[in-house]
Amino acid sequence: MAGPTPRRVDPDVDLRVPADRGELRAHPAVVLGVIAAGGVLGALARAGVQAAFPHPPTGFPWATFGVNVSGCLLIGALMAVVTAGRVPPLTRPFLGVGVLGGYTTFSTYVVDVRQAALAGAADTALAYLVATLLGALAAVWVGDAAAARLLGRSTGSHAHPTTPGPAGPDGARADGGPA
Amino acid sequence: MTALLIALGAAVGAPLRYLTDRTVQARHASPFPWGTLTVNVVGSLVLGALVAAPVGPAVGALLATGFCGALTTYSTFGYETLRLARDGARLLALVNALTSVAAGLGAATLGFAVTRTLVG
Repeated sequence: MAGPTPRRVDPDVDLRVPADRGELRAHPAVVLGVIAAGGVLGALARAGVQAAFPHPPTGFPWATFGVNVSGCLLIGALMAVVTAGRVPPLTRPFLGVGVLGGYTTFSTYVVDVRQAALAGAADTALAYLVATLLGALAAVWVGDAAAARLLGRSTGSHAHPTTPGPAGPDGARADGGPA
Repeated sequence: MTALLIALGAAVGAPLRYLTDRTVQARHASPFPWGTLTVNVVGSLVLGALVAAPVGPAVGALLATGFCGALTTYSTFGYETLRLARDGARLLALVNALTSVAAGLGAATLGFAVTRTLVG
């Protein structure tokens, strides 16, 4: 297993990234604590948006749509910054796993799709299902590209180094994340 | 009070997502995001079961908005799907997107049906 470090796929935690593998054992209470704190902030923000823009069972869930798409825009930007390195160690656990993970929701998305379909609004259900999926993917891409441009890299390429970087003896390089 | 219950549920749901993701990943070496798929399907099952149950707003805030909302994630799912596609694993990206949505819908439907059967 002495090959190059694979590029990160999972922004929450990717065990193929050395820094992610070691973070929980090194500081379990701190890592889980900042994830919980971030999750609380994200969930409260989501609940606030949902309370401000309620929708009937047959209506388009604009609040959850907006939450999930904006959360995807932010994770794209965040991970571009994190993978570029030079961020505080707990940035990804707090903002990525906690705040954005708590802010966005998959369970409400599928339950709302189902409820709209059962309430007789199959077209709304399908539109919501597809619009969220495509909107989320486009938002991650835009967030990543915008952050990459601000960080001074070419926007056409990945926000990741094409080579795994100088994996020093501490192994805590290559893909950002906390040591 | 509602905000406190949401906060309590999220304070458990978010770290549980992280720990579940780690546990699932430790069992395989594939780049396919099985961990996120797991939390999203389980959270959808629980929320599906909850919406069919005669629970009050307090339980809804704690378990539905707080716990299930923080356990599941769209940002991680979206990032992973795009990452796979851009790393050349377009088929895996497509499979991840379709499987997540189909399994989430199936899990929510199953949870709903189980509660309906139990509650009567």
